[in-house]
Amino acid sequence: MPETEVNPTISKSTGLPRKRFYRARAHSNPLSDSHFPVPISPSHVDHSLHYPQYFPSSGQADSCKRIQFADIGCGFGGLLLSLSTLFPETLMIGMELRDKVTEYVKERILALRAANPGQYQNISVVRTNSMKYIPNYFEKGQLSKMFFLFPDPHFKEKNHRRRVISPHLLDEYAYALQVGGIIYTITDVEELGDWMKSCLENHPLFEALSKEELEADPVVQLLSSATEEGQKVARNEGQTFQAVFRRIASSDQTS
Amino acid sequence: MEDGETNKDVEVAPALIAVQPNQRSVAVAVGADLRVFNLHAGSAASLVDESGSSFHKDFIRAIRFGAKGKLFVSSGDDKIVKIWSVEYWRCICTVSSEKRVTAVAISNDGSYVCFADKFGVVWVVDLTGYDGNQPLVNKKATPLLSHYCSIITSLEFSLDGQFIVSADRDFKIRVTVFPSNPINGAHEIQSFCLGHTEFVSCVAFVQAQDYPHGLLISGSGDSTVRLWDIVSGALLDTCEVATKAGLLESNNDKSEERDHAVTDLCTILDGLLIAVAIQSFQGIVLLKCNPATRTLSVSKLVSIEGGAFVPTSLGNGASTGILWMVTGVSNLPGSSCPSFARVRAISGFDVEQEPTVVEHDKIPGGEQLLENLQGSASVDDAVFLAAAEAVKTAMCNLLIKKQYPAENRESKKRTRNDKKFKL
Ligand SMILES: C[S@@+](CC[C@H](N)C(=O)[O-])C[C@H]1O[C@@H](n2cnc3c(N)ncnc32)[C@H](O)[C@@H]1O
Repeated sequence: MPETEVNPTISKSTGLPRKRFYRARAHSNPLSDSHFPVPISPSHVDHSLHYPQYFPSSGQADSCKRIQFADIGCGFGGLLLSLSTLFPETLMIGMELRDKVTEYVKERILALRAANPGQYQNISVVRTNSMKYIPNYFEKGQLSKMFFLFPDPHFKEKNHRRRVISPHLLDEYAYALQVGGIIYTITDVEELGDWMKSCLENHPLFEALSKEELEADPVVQLLSSATEEGQKVARNEGQTFQAVFRRIASSDQTS
Repeated sequence: MEDGETNKDVEVAPALIAVQPNQRSVAVAVGADLRVFNLHAGSAASLVDESGSSFHKDFIRAIRFGAKGKLFVSSGDDKIVKIWSVEYWRCICTVSSEKRVTAVAISNDGSYVCFADKFGVVWVVDLTGYDGNQPLVNKKATPLLSHYCSIITSLEFSLDGQFIVSADRDFKIRVTVFPSNPINGAHEIQSFCLGHTEFVSCVAFVQAQDYPHGLLISGSGDSTVRLWDIVSGALLDTCEVATKAGLLESNNDKSEERDHAVTDLCTILDGLLIAVAIQSFQGIVLLKCNPATRTLSVSKLVSIEGGAFVPTSLGNGASTGILWMVTGVSNLPGSSCPSFARVRAISGFDVEQEPTVVEHDKIPGGEQLLENLQGSASVDDAVFLAAAEAVKTAMCNLLIKKQYPAENRESKKRTRNDKKFKL
């Protein structure tokens, strides 16, 4: 009888991937050119690789299902796991720049799918630079939610352009989000929190959610609790700063 | 680490050409030199710039006439954008840029000048209400939009002025609504035209019924010219120019494709024909755009005999039937010539005629024009051949990303100090 394959990166007791085999450097410079495949356009994204249960055959998707949530800089994927069961029929994807971290999330999802048949089929992850390649993954107005949880702060003034929330990048997020879609941001760095909020406030295609809307949205509670970074901040009893905004239609009359 | 901040020792810039829409004048930029020939007067135009003695202090990377032919913009590595009033060739406005400039455009009504910098940010200068008389002092540019850290190769307004199109070295073409008040930025992205598999080098619009904005055409390092509907970003047709024109075997390998990169394109007779310059091809390929079927096809090849004339830039005065071409470089390493430029023209695009390369002695403007735009009326063949290599290098530098050798990349990684694991 052939020996069953042993994968040392998977913990025997839990069947889940061990984090220590997926160590990576803490920060990547999103400006340097990396070498990973990028789909030529959203129609080139092979859904069958990501969501085999929804797209059994490879090739272009004729299923009408599209990815609707994107977790940008998803890290170890905690948010995706929580959202997966909360919105079991919604396809979602994490985008992560660090190779090893992406591999870890992949393994994590595969292990959860194996352990819970029929579940976690709606989440996946890609290694990419979200600051460059959002338009290669999503059509105009495709997304209904985008998440930016505990992004890297890039304190120095000259590094502000590396921040994942910036006035110019918001143009691209507004493009990918449908009108009415929601962008969620949270950080434990006050300065970054102020920055993200003011970028959103000053952008003509976003408006803040009201207090009532925030309370009614079940996703808002997950922002500070679902991700690894959020849990770390909570353990240290750190403060968090969130900004949740809605994509609105343009008021500029051009035609 | 900065994309495109390259070593000046090996840096060479290709020569550029621009033609005034009514074909009154032709401008050539080579290195830091800007030369303008007034075809109407039959003499070199003398440029007046009260802001300083030398016009540009470093390589010029972009020159452009406005659609009405009243304004002209020049800019490049010296981080200075000069806006000229064409009538007396007076520099009416000098705007500084934080970074080197890679592309420029003028809105169709002449109210706004846009330029793109090395960081992929497009800036806008407001000229609304300007009557063209006094020089404008202390004009500042404000940011309009940004391609995240990708070098923008081409900027173009749609025919109706509603959109601004920006193309970059990361295969991307972005179509943005040009807002009523661009000073607050252009935030509404209409579409992305995605399909090229190499850098996009140039874009232009052709007129088409039912498309008030025009149909967009783009040329790329993937040896294709593509046709797009900018409203949806839909790819309407792909023309494998190099293959179709017989320059390339169809089952080519990548390196050969690089040699046949599309480096420039230019519409002739309002887009009835499209002239395409291809890396390594001594001449141009003429394409036909059929707006009804929304297709592109190769119509003919016009080769240029004698010497190694591979155009680095094409220009055409909108509705006129003459295509102007330049080949040249800013500097010739190891040669006594500081720079090199040679100008040719092709005429006879009107339907019944055969497009032919105009003989030197028949070129509009004659010897004076050549003397002015080339720097000398005739060019030594040996210099010409030496320049051909430099031209190739210049185009490669401009369009193809520097690839660090893998080893080099690894050592860079090893010396990083932020590799520690943190969570
Ligand atoms: C501090 S972590 C937060 C991770 C996760 N959201 C959480 O809350 O635990 C920020 C993550 O963003 C990733 N990141 C940074 N820039 C990125 C980019 N341009 N594209 C994709 N991911 C990026 C980093 O690799 C890192 O994993």
